[in-house]
Amino acid sequence: MTVSRTGIAGVGLAALGVWLMLPPLGDNLRAESGAVEIVPVVLGILAVASGIWTLARGEVRWGWGAIVGGVLGIVLGLAAARAGISHHEAVFVWSSLVAATLRWATPLIFAAMGGLFSERSGVVNIALEGMMLMGAFFGIWGSVQFGHWAVGLVTAMLAGGALALVHAFFSIHLRAEQIVTGTAINFLALGLTGYLYIKIYGDEGTPSELSTIPDVPLGPIGDIYFLGPILDGLNLMIWLAFATVALTWVVMYRTPLGLRIRAAGEHPRAADTVGVSVYGVRYLAVTLSGVLAALGGAYLSIGFVGSFTENMTVGRGFIALAALIFGMWKPFGAMGAALLFGFSSALARALPEYSEQAALLFETLPYVLTLVAVVGLIGRSIAPAAVGRPYAKQ
Amino acid sequence: MSRPDDVETTLAGEDSPTGLSARLSLYERAGGVVTPLVTTIVAFFVAGIVVLVSTGKSPLPVYRGILDGTGLPWLVHWLVDVRVIGGTQQIYPSEADAVAVSAISLQQTLILTGSLILTALAVAFAFRCGLFNIGGQGQYLVGVIVAVAVGSEISGLPRGIHVPLALFCAALAAAVWAGIAGILRATVGAHEVITTIMLNWIAYWIGSYLFSIGGPLQSDTQASVPISNDVQDSAKLHVLWGSVQGLHAGFLIAVAALVVFWLVIDRTTLGYGVRAVGANPEAARYGGINVARNYFLAMAISGAFAGLAGAIDILGWQYRFSQIDIQASDIGFAGIAVALLGRNKPVGIFFSALLFGALLTGTSTRNLNPDVFDPELAGNLTLIIQGLVVLFVGADVLVAWLWRARQKVRT
Repeated sequence: MTVSRTGIAGVGLAALGVWLMLPPLGDNLRAESGAVEIVPVVLGILAVASGIWTLARGEVRWGWGAIVGGVLGIVLGLAAARAGISHHEAVFVWSSLVAATLRWATPLIFAAMGGLFSERSGVVNIALEGMMLMGAFFGIWGSVQFGHWAVGLVTAMLAGGALALVHAFFSIHLRAEQIVTGTAINFLALGLTGYLYIKIYGDEGTPSELSTIPDVPLGPIGDIYFLGPILDGLNLMIWLAFATVALTWVVMYRTPLGLRIRAAGEHPRAADTVGVSVYGVRYLAVTLSGVLAALGGAYLSIGFVGSFTENMTVGRGFIALAALIFGMWKPFGAMGAALLFGFSSALARALPEYSEQAALLFETLPYVLTLVAVVGLIGRSIAPAAVGRPYAKQ
Repeated sequence: MSRPDDVETTLAGEDSPTGLSARLSLYERAGGVVTPLVTTIVAFFVAGIVVLVSTGKSPLPVYRGILDGTGLPWLVHWLVDVRVIGGTQQIYPSEADAVAVSAISLQQTLILTGSLILTALAVAFAFRCGLFNIGGQGQYLVGVIVAVAVGSEISGLPRGIHVPLALFCAALAAAVWAGIAGILRATVGAHEVITTIMLNWIAYWIGSYLFSIGGPLQSDTQASVPISNDVQDSAKLHVLWGSVQGLHAGFLIAVAALVVFWLVIDRTTLGYGVRAVGANPEAARYGGINVARNYFLAMAISGAFAGLAGAIDILGWQYRFSQIDIQASDIGFAGIAVALLGRNKPVGIFFSALLFGALLTGTSTRNLNPDVFDPELAGNLTLIIQGLVVLFVGADVLVAWLWRARQKVRT
């Protein structure tokens, strides 16, 4: 009963957001402040969050109701708030916001899928951040050195995988505390990439003329109303990210390897008894997590930004980890959460249009949302049973 | 847990729950010193290889240059010419000049040592309760912000009130900030590693906003610089040694905090509860200890230590803070390595804080001779050393390895 009440409250919040924007109240509010658009957006996000919370507890009807209500509330509320602006302009802003959401979500999706392999096999991986950073640096290094972005992706994957092997060795063979090891790996990656960046690129920074991952033109599809401007010219890595999610799902739930990974994470002793090499499976999964996280980092440097700066991942590895938890360690769940966090990042960059001064405050949005998401779900979101526990062979 | 006579288990890094076993097992103490020492040597050795491979320079002159920059040779300047230790005969014709420079460097090392002690205590206190507080950086920034606000915005107070007020407010605010993570862990079970990292970034951006041009705490006199006002003279800590940016009374506060840490952890009911929860939360709960309350208190007290670190930096020598300072600051993160290397014990933390304080000072742009090594590279080298230290000590790998090797010899 209380669960469905949360969903009802979500629907109510979304409705409130729209109502506040409608005349006569909306006009008064707009007269007071220039940035009223934030009201339906915040309320809508809260509604979506409460919807996901409700949904996770099995209350399907109100859960979806709150999610749909929240999204509708944001759209309608913004439309109402910007009623003065021409329709075409509003749509244009929306399609660019959705496209930006996809761009911000992509590195998170890659890293979250990486985390999924590692954690499903029973190894906590808070080193995703460092592995992304390695990918970001070695992506650009390979691209500059060999003149092609594809080589950059390969060097990024190699570097991320190598760093992940260190994590695997300490966590699996030496049975170290995995969270502490992960923190150490993050420091190492920060120091190593910073060192190499200064050593190789020095004062000038990474070269501006470099081979970057191309965007994908869609030809005639690009002319479709609303969807066209969103999907046309997206970076190749964005499409690859979604392919990775589907592939992860197939591997996890439709192949013997996936079964072994899940067994190693749920009940390693049982897996060992039936002949699964728990160490082998975990090594593979952790290494894979480094490779995937590095792809996310490489997208940041040679797909999105086109340069490398020290500590350029700014906590995204941790946000990806939160997305994984929020998505209940499931591929599509984690993807959904990554999209939500990506949206908040896109919004943080779009909102300063309304208030220049508060631009820096809007930057906190993804982190606040992550905090709220983790708080709402983590206790109830059931982790793989053996995650974080080193396995001792007998 | 471990039996007092069982040397091997204590060597394996198990914290003995009773004072008796600690007193009995000399081995544990030996192990407690040997591991960090070996780890430090290995970390420096690996970093030396990085220097050798990447620049082709021998690491020894680099380390010598760093040692010279730390000011530590000053400690023996009555016995040895500091120029001989640092290899700086060409730079300083007169020994007196070299000694004066060395003294200033040592003051900086000790200033950093004080801040590192406090950020390390922020990690150590939570660690004793089984929590991994990697939010020291955010808690430090909250302390900085509040110290700047109280120190610069309030005027007309006597020094005897203004300084303690600023220190108290900074510690309290940081305690509340860290307490958020503690409450979340205690009530909904949200893991403190994720929540504190998020709180770090939130503090980072809030600070950037407050000091930004036109922001609430931005300077009244320099309208185009994203920097705060200077703190009032009445809020500045006493300078104990040196003149400009000399060693200030904050160092004494940090040392006092070490004693407080030891008293609270080892001599109070609160400390007992914290350690019990840290050793085994289920057993503690069964024994009637309120686990949730201890999680909250441990995080809040940790935050207070980190906030105090921010406050003494502001009131002691920086007097103002800017957006660039926020970006450059990493003292909260360094505290993690300091705490782990110091094995979360007061004496250990003091010496590892001194080591990292020296390392950070010795590799700073101001102190490291760029002819010897590029300071920017050296700064990142420090990060690598930090990572290696956490990797080896935090994982207790070397002790475990030694222990296993010993077992093999026996059987």
